[in-house]
Amino acid sequence: MITFRIKRYNPEKQAESYFEDFQLDVQEDLTLLDCMNEIKWTLDGSLTYRMSCRSAICGSCAVKANGHAILACQRQAQHLVKDNDTIVLEPLGNMKPIKDLAVDFKPFWDKINKVKPYLQPEKKAPEKERTQSPEQFKFIDDSSTCIMCGACYSDCQVLEVDDNFLGPAALAKAQRFVQDSRDGKTLERVKELSKPGGIWDCTHCAECVERCPKPARPFDRIKEVMTVALEQGVTNNNGARHALSFAKSVKSSGRLNENVIPVESVGFFNFKGLFDLLPVGLRMFFRGKNPPILHKSIEEVEDIKRIYMKLNE
Amino acid sequence: MIKHDIVIVGSGLAGMRAALEVCEGLDVAVLSKVYPSRSHSGAAQGGIAAALGNSEPDSWEEHLYDTVKGGDFLSDQDAAEEYVKAAPRVIYELEHFGCVFSRTPDGKIAQRSFGGHSKPRACFSADRTGHAILHALHEQLLKRSKSIKIYSEWYMHSLVLDGDRCNGIVVSDIRTGTIEVMQAKAVIFATGGYGRVFNITSNAFASTADGVMAAYRAGIPLEDAEFVQYHPSGLYRQGILFSEAARGEGGYLLNGEGERFMEKYAPSRMELAPRDIVARAEQSEMDAGRGVDGKDIIHLDLRHLGEPRIMERLPQIRQLGIDFVGVDCVKDPLPIQPTAHYSMGGIPTDKFGQVVFDTEGTHVKGFFAAGECSCVSVHGANRLGTNSLLDAVVFGERAGRAALEYAKNIGHGSANESHEKTKVLELFENIFQGDGNESYNDIRNEMKKNMTENCSVFRDEERLKVCIDKIKNLQKRFENGKITDKGKLFNTEIYEILELRNMLSMAEIIASGALNRKESRGGHYRKDYPKRDDENFLKHSFIHKTDEGMEIKYKPVVITKHQPAERTY
Repeated sequence: MITFRIKRYNPEKQAESYFEDFQLDVQEDLTLLDCMNEIKWTLDGSLTYRMSCRSAICGSCAVKANGHAILACQRQAQHLVKDNDTIVLEPLGNMKPIKDLAVDFKPFWDKINKVKPYLQPEKKAPEKERTQSPEQFKFIDDSSTCIMCGACYSDCQVLEVDDNFLGPAALAKAQRFVQDSRDGKTLERVKELSKPGGIWDCTHCAECVERCPKPARPFDRIKEVMTVALEQGVTNNNGARHALSFAKSVKSSGRLNENVIPVESVGFFNFKGLFDLLPVGLRMFFRGKNPPILHKSIEEVEDIKRIYMKLNE
Repeated sequence: MIKHDIVIVGSGLAGMRAALEVCEGLDVAVLSKVYPSRSHSGAAQGGIAAALGNSEPDSWEEHLYDTVKGGDFLSDQDAAEEYVKAAPRVIYELEHFGCVFSRTPDGKIAQRSFGGHSKPRACFSADRTGHAILHALHEQLLKRSKSIKIYSEWYMHSLVLDGDRCNGIVVSDIRTGTIEVMQAKAVIFATGGYGRVFNITSNAFASTADGVMAAYRAGIPLEDAEFVQYHPSGLYRQGILFSEAARGEGGYLLNGEGERFMEKYAPSRMELAPRDIVARAEQSEMDAGRGVDGKDIIHLDLRHLGEPRIMERLPQIRQLGIDFVGVDCVKDPLPIQPTAHYSMGGIPTDKFGQVVFDTEGTHVKGFFAAGECSCVSVHGANRLGTNSLLDAVVFGERAGRAALEYAKNIGHGSANESHEKTKVLELFENIFQGDGNESYNDIRNEMKKNMTENCSVFRDEERLKVCIDKIKNLQKRFENGKITDKGKLFNTEIYEILELRNMLSMAEIIASGALNRKESRGGHYRKDYPKRDDENFLKHSFIHKTDEGMEIKYKPVVITKHQPAERTY
């Protein structure tokens, strides 16, 4: 017997959500979606969630199981069982619940739309196909596997605190075009993606890579867009300056110079930005948490430099 | 009342391609009961056919012959010819839209072999071709969001017909439960197939005959409904699709004794014979007790392809095997069985996607259909793999163009809003107010089991009669069903019940068509009539709804270049 502790919500009936337990005798080979269907079809027809293909390609049935977003059709129920033979099911995070496990995807799609999610070729199309080498195809192969299930969006830690963040799915979709050899707007795209809410607002927690049910792995794609942005010289922003300063500091001393990085990140001549740093700096100083004034290198700094040389090759 | 110039129902490949065709100059709505990106076209894996000749010389003439022979000579050859001729152009167009394709070393669209095709003709994106095209088209719709309004999670109930003219549809918003009439100068159906009437199927839960039944209830016949394709490689018990590309890349089919049994059934094409032949071969082996471990299992063996090739060409299949049955096809064979996959029949149209009322070709003005819900017929009695994505794109474009030509010079027809709404409201109320005690779930399960047992790969008169009796009984029990959720908000239960209602009618139509066709052709095999009978059945069947029940009429097959010949592989 497995207990499915499901978060119920139906504002037509009551304003607050609550948990309800359902028990099923789960045979082997049953996916979580099979179990949800069994509950809906035999125990409570009002249980509400989305589903369609049940073969991990349509992206409808993402829910939170035991606190993490998953695709219900892709996972065996037995593998999800936690303490006391229980699986806790909740709606995806970072989106408003509509009813039970179905959430409002509007903000998700609005953000996809923001990254101009379509090819913008530079030249007129030839009579036949545009050529693209297998190597060029590889750059966009992974991001093109995204099924828009919202699992990454649900568990993104930045979105929890910042609605303005485009989020992992939209940024992975952006990479699909930034690195498409047929697209003619690479520079415009990375400039746009380097603005607040874009690639540099990602905190590199890689939760989206953990949650992605496909090979799309959003954070890997975000890193690729970051690389292209730097290669294209789109560095006049805090995020890029921070990344460059970070790399410079490690290269020269083997550790982070925490006095210099914030200053280099906001920019030496960005007086307002520098002024904004002051209160934090002062608070750190008064609590004795400021980094040493004299920045020292680590002993093995030459090894670090050799790593950088190797990377440059 | 909601008003648009053109309303498209369904947002898979056919619906979205049609939308792109009509959006210049007209105001278009695309309606989907899911989200466009969740449409079942996305589940297509192996490829889309076109004689590009990127890896071997090829021609539309060969593509035509393969398609007609594959369809057991029931294809209308005039339509099929235009269809294969259009193939290269529409594929290049998809590429120009930005569709992601696997590539040859010199950068062209890569092509692989597929069942029944004499040349490597399947353009592909690894093993997720449908997904790649679906998203490329969706991207183009998002780009044109000013002229195309997408209604996601709206359900279509019925057509609004005034005599021979279609003036709109009745719909409801799944999220709020609001019923609306959507008035339109032209309506295009791209509502997909109905594999869900079967127990073992590759189809999504959404593939439930809503479109075809709305047409049928409005007095439009259904063509060739008895022809259902059983795909040879569905996952054992679940039916989930394992692409034919697995065999296109060189995979073997093995019976319980480890034999490549296709040698007995199609010695020259082996595993790459058309799907109807391979599915029958598998079923014959299993029926003779030669399934793996004595069960209804055939092995799909890819081990000899090696991990690098599997990861390059078939990565999704590998992951599906690992996730769903814990089998890694790099190390072990996959357990498969035939699975209901595709409906060759559907709403009858001419070669421009214009829906017709009868075997004479009388137009239903302002009503068009494309993709799996329609029957042109280019696939005849059996569709070749990779020809369905092509069908959706070619006829999506054509239906769009025909609808545009029709709609740009006329005004809106009349629709009696309260009358149309009331009919749907009554249907809702009947279900909500019903005090029956039958479980809709039991009825659905019994229908599916019945169809897979009695109307599947092998059919005969006795079992088909049992099948129809059972369905009629289930239809009666349906009237006594019991619903739990009586709310308006996002009530998925009521829509599942409406879908079941559609499927119960569709199941009866399929089985009745099968009982009537006393021959074996393509996907339809009668054990009691094992031969093709061109003298009596080289014709399309049209099932009409009448007050007395069903009436079956016939339409001759259009034969231009290829006279029916014996079909061997």
